[in-house]
Amino acid sequence: MSVKPAARLRRKDLVGIDPLSPGEIQLILDTADQMRAIAARPIKKVPALRGKTVVNFFMEASTRTRFSFEVAEKRLSADSLSFSAAASSVSKGETLVDTALNLEAMQPDFIVIRHVHAGAPHQLARILKSSVINAGDGAHEHPTQALLDALTIRLHRGTLEGQVVAIVGDLQHSRVVRSNVLLLARMGATVRVAAPPSLIPLGMEKLGCEVHRRIEDAIAGADVVMMLRIQLERQGRMNFPTVREYYDFFALTPERLKLAKKDCLVMHPGPMNRGVEIDSRVADGPQSVILEQVTNGVAVRMAVLYLLAGGHGEPTAD
Amino acid sequence: MSRLLIKHGRVVDPTQRLDEGLWVLVVDGKVARLAERIDDRDAEVLDATGLVVAPGFVDVHTHLREPGFEYKETVATGSAAAVAGGFTAVCCMPNTQPVNDNAAVTEFIRGRAVAAGLARVYPIGAVSKGLQGEELAEMGEMARAGAVAFSDDGKPVHNAYLMRRALEYAQLFGVPVVDHCEEPSLAAKGVMHEGAVATRLGLRGIPAASEEVMVARDVVLAELTGGRLHVAHVSTSGGLDRVREGKAKGIAVTCEVTPHHLALTDQAVADSEYDTDTKMNPPLRSPDHVAALLQGVQDGAVDCLATDHAPHHADEKVLEFDLAPFGIVGLETAVPVTYDLLVRRHKLPLRMFIALWSSNPARVFGLPGGSLKVGSPADITLLDLEARLTVNPDRFRSLSRNTPFAGQRLKGWPAATLVGGKAVWRRERR
Repeated sequence: MSVKPAARLRRKDLVGIDPLSPGEIQLILDTADQMRAIAARPIKKVPALRGKTVVNFFMEASTRTRFSFEVAEKRLSADSLSFSAAASSVSKGETLVDTALNLEAMQPDFIVIRHVHAGAPHQLARILKSSVINAGDGAHEHPTQALLDALTIRLHRGTLEGQVVAIVGDLQHSRVVRSNVLLLARMGATVRVAAPPSLIPLGMEKLGCEVHRRIEDAIAGADVVMMLRIQLERQGRMNFPTVREYYDFFALTPERLKLAKKDCLVMHPGPMNRGVEIDSRVADGPQSVILEQVTNGVAVRMAVLYLLAGGHGEPTAD
Repeated sequence: MSRLLIKHGRVVDPTQRLDEGLWVLVVDGKVARLAERIDDRDAEVLDATGLVVAPGFVDVHTHLREPGFEYKETVATGSAAAVAGGFTAVCCMPNTQPVNDNAAVTEFIRGRAVAAGLARVYPIGAVSKGLQGEELAEMGEMARAGAVAFSDDGKPVHNAYLMRRALEYAQLFGVPVVDHCEEPSLAAKGVMHEGAVATRLGLRGIPAASEEVMVARDVVLAELTGGRLHVAHVSTSGGLDRVREGKAKGIAVTCEVTPHHLALTDQAVADSEYDTDTKMNPPLRSPDHVAALLQGVQDGAVDCLATDHAPHHADEKVLEFDLAPFGIVGLETAVPVTYDLLVRRHKLPLRMFIALWSSNPARVFGLPGGSLKVGSPADITLLDLEARLTVNPDRFRSLSRNTPFAGQRLKGWPAATLVGGKAVWRRERR
């Protein structure tokens, strides 16, 4: 590997991939590799974060990401509690900042935040003493998703460098694509993205990717194809005509997958819309690593928590 | 008879093509004499050594928030902010509560301004009742009560038929219709300029085209009607091009540009990590648009500068970027921000700079002032071009603090403000 890992993650927060250096990304991925080993043991727990408190502050519906953080926290022996917007005082008119200050008054060490509005984690990171981890903010970033995707690619390919990764789907509304492009480009991969032109945000190429309008152009010869969820709930009726037509032009089907390399990995951050952006024959096929991504998510989140808490080297067992 | 003698100043008056060391004698609130030396033992003396003596600066785009939003700003605090920023007159927008869409509200605002006794306050009446964009407000009544222009500011006049009729009807009173040019269906709930920065930040963009299409429509309607159109806060190269084309065809169109659209780019949203004091509408644009605006200021396509002073309470601005209201305060930073940028860095002639803040806006809005000709009201702005100060919102007279310029060290500040010959503000020596 050409990128040397940083010795430590010297930062309070993880608000995005954008602020991270290649060395820091490498360190997180290397640490996540070690964390994977913990899950393989009969007792899947280390005391690394014993006595630390983590608040999972989810202001937007999420099952996978929240559970993944919760499992990661438990495996590190942290005390964690979760709450979601519906159950909070936010609906009573309290501002985000007031809610966060109230949480902080209970002296947690970490606040993991998922929010519908871009930038909310940055605004909290500025005023809170706790470490803020971005678990997805609006259409901005989802750094732990990009890290778990990178870990998955690396496990199969040995390296990110030189890999050709195609990301296809709703680029306009996806935080996953932003974090992934930033991370993969920074680590030396070639990233191609594709979407109908009405779902390509202006200046997308400046994130460090090639922009295509046809899925075929993006996946030709690719090492990895990552499909993004068509966020039906975020679409008006004007961005593309119908799901039926979307499938016709943009879904990853077995026929289209043949354009990629023979051993091309198929990825999806979930939740999948089967029959919309991805055909079930591909999603469940031999090249799919979609469930491995979920497994690796726990390891990556353990690594991030551990490193932000000041940890380095391998966490020791009891 | 009250007499004031302003000694030793450098008088710069674009309306008389003046830039020389002259003394100014003010008698009963009017400019009485300009000469190299004036002997008048009875006059009170104001020593303007080292200062520029300019026609009073006029801000044609201010939000004073009273009636209805007195926790953001009042006519009194806004007037205090105006004079502390070097402005002798402001035109205030009608998006109050109740809306300034009738003579009673117009008179109320003027009454508050007289009571405050600081800047001159010229209300701008609403084009449509309740700013609803459906039926014309009683423009004549408001004009008689002192309204100097009409606008649904904050909202574009979306209905082209209504805009057409407004441009026609306002001609009865010889006043401009001011439009906030934005096609709402294109702006589509955006919160910042659409472009690479918004894409990286994951924020919804407001395309430059949303401004340009509306400016284009308005210029066409101004041609159709022969009415006077003033385009508020132009922020895009395309919007400015449409204004230029209109002017070239002899259409009665004018426009203003704000200090923040000249001094900042959309990168400020990223650099400040979603600071809501970088959120305003029109949004901060990309460098290519900013360059076009600077060019327009230099070549005269831009008629005047205006602040779009939009006070908001800190409690409103502390929200998520998507949810915070648009707008920043500007009265107390406009002059140093623009002097430092335009004159100091871009070498705009001082006389042009002064015209952009005084004689030009006064001409566009048909206001008294904007000149130091004998007989003019003695509304005078004194500038200290050597003063180098740091923007400190804690010292603002405005009730609100929402500025992206906090902490900036700038050169060229107002030193004193005279309205009707009376010094209503002087910078304290620190």
